[in-house]
Amino acid sequence: MTIRSYVKLTSDRIVSDRPVPCFSGTGRELLLSAFRASGISYPKFHKMDTLSKAGFLATEILLEGSDGRFVPREDRAVILFNSASSLCDDRHYCKTIADPGNWFPSPAVFVYTLPNIVTGEIAIRNKYYGETCFYVLPEPDPESICRIVSDAFQDRMTSSAICGWVDCTDDDTFEAVVFLVEDCIYEENALHGGGMPWNMENIRTILNK
Amino acid sequence: MENRTVRVISDNIVSPLGLSSGANWQSVYRGRTCLALHEGLWGLPEPFCASLFDRDSIDGECSGAGLPDGLTFFEKTALLSASAAVRESGIDPSSESVIFIISTTKGNVSLLCEPGEYAPGRETLHASARLIAEHFANPNMPVVVSNACISGLCAQIEAMRAIRSGRYDYAVVTGADCLSPFIVSGFQSFKALSPEPCRPFDLGRKGLNLGEAAATLVFAAEECCSDSAKNSWIAAEGAVRNDANHISGPSRTGEGSFRALQYVMEAVVPEELAFVNVHGTATPYNDEMESIALSRAGLSEVPVCGLKGYFGHTLGAAGVLETIISMKAADEGCIPATAGWRENGVSCPVSVSNECRRTEKKTFVKLLSGFGGCNAAMLYRKGGER
Repeated sequence: MTIRSYVKLTSDRIVSDRPVPCFSGTGRELLLSAFRASGISYPKFHKMDTLSKAGFLATEILLEGSDGRFVPREDRAVILFNSASSLCDDRHYCKTIADPGNWFPSPAVFVYTLPNIVTGEIAIRNKYYGETCFYVLPEPDPESICRIVSDAFQDRMTSSAICGWVDCTDDDTFEAVVFLVEDCIYEENALHGGGMPWNMENIRTILNK
Repeated sequence: MENRTVRVISDNIVSPLGLSSGANWQSVYRGRTCLALHEGLWGLPEPFCASLFDRDSIDGECSGAGLPDGLTFFEKTALLSASAAVRESGIDPSSESVIFIISTTKGNVSLLCEPGEYAPGRETLHASARLIAEHFANPNMPVVVSNACISGLCAQIEAMRAIRSGRYDYAVVTGADCLSPFIVSGFQSFKALSPEPCRPFDLGRKGLNLGEAAATLVFAAEECCSDSAKNSWIAAEGAVRNDANHISGPSRTGEGSFRALQYVMEAVVPEELAFVNVHGTATPYNDEMESIALSRAGLSEVPVCGLKGYFGHTLGAAGVLETIISMKAADEGCIPATAGWRENGVSCPVSVSNECRRTEKKTFVKLLSGFGGCNAAMLYRKGGER
């Protein structure tokens, strides 16, 4: 398996082997400015929670300009991990319903109290009918991430995956490290694509960038 | 290694209907349910119909089972179930060859609203998972699958893959969720709850009921099974597919469910299936979507059964619990009755019944779908090879 490209987007910076949009500020401001600078027309972005915005925007940077973008496909999985699940939204939800007048908030608020919604947002945007799954780990453990994503390629339909660590502790503190991984043996001098092998060491290096 | 056969070596269900898989299956067979209308519970402004644990009796069971003090209610139910299944399996849970996989949507979320005496951080899903793995002195990092209502199947699929790849020989999959004002409010805000016991696939269905449960399956690689387990249930295939359509509404074409079904049916013909155990939440949209997916997958003639009329929707436990009941039913030559169903209320033909039907077949499919557009299907068969 080969890492074709990666993006690391945090509350204060964006690091990638792909072109990175201009941005200003930190936290929410960074997300909004980078989204605007990337020129994407996707109004739904503004309705997303912070976890989904971070995962969505990192994936947009990862895939910008790639061949055959938006052609419906079933062979690409979206497999994400974090440690805080959807607790950022869960806290908002708790505060909302603590007010007896707010016992029935908008359904759009409740739906984001599930961490896997970000995988659905990415699948909808890119028309991916493949596997989507969300795992929660105590920490960004390269061994678990490497094994679970590698195992996902046992599905005979799956030939590539958007995968990585997308975590959000509050609306201004988040981290999205996403990889585009393909099911092919890494060849150093390959004419097509380049990249690096999908292994624990490379995952750790990119997580720590 | 990727051809290793993965078998079920033990199971347990802890639900308001009983504390073992056998007791729960007997309840289903006899048509019992604990679905009831709860008015004024937890100070909630609206009544709701759900299947709830008796808190005191679970506390008593935990003391009897020698579980440690200081557990949250969610952890109590999960550990009760995991302990019973691990004991029955005979495996050494402290071995490096065992992985614990927890399936839950909300875990200890109620601590956010009422933290009680628990330390900050206890509300995270991995804190509960770690506590469960540490209870068994397991050295591996436990994995939590939190993939909305399909978590229980995703956890089993991950277990199957982890064993097939050769990385682990055994996997303990525990699915659990318990209810709190948080979850009830959310489903009420969606107007998804039925005021009466739910009626899957019925013309008059009004929505879903929530339910509490914990359920555990222990899986093993074939070569690690005792001779007596060599004829047990096999996790044969599993697939997860997305609708790529909407984060909170099912696809009108049943896209993800259809594709997941199509994948797991590659190696079998519909005539081999005893039944498809559907998600069958009894919301108008879900059941309609499933009927379309089944029809597109060529499964209209295969008997269909749903279990939400007994247990309600048990969220992260549902995929594990409903798989176990399906296995117990097929073991006894039964297609479980779909409680609450009277008259077909979906647009594609489906073979549903509110009575137990007979079958000699030992192969079935479990189907689930959830928010985020995710869908999962798994194929199980008994005896023989994968």
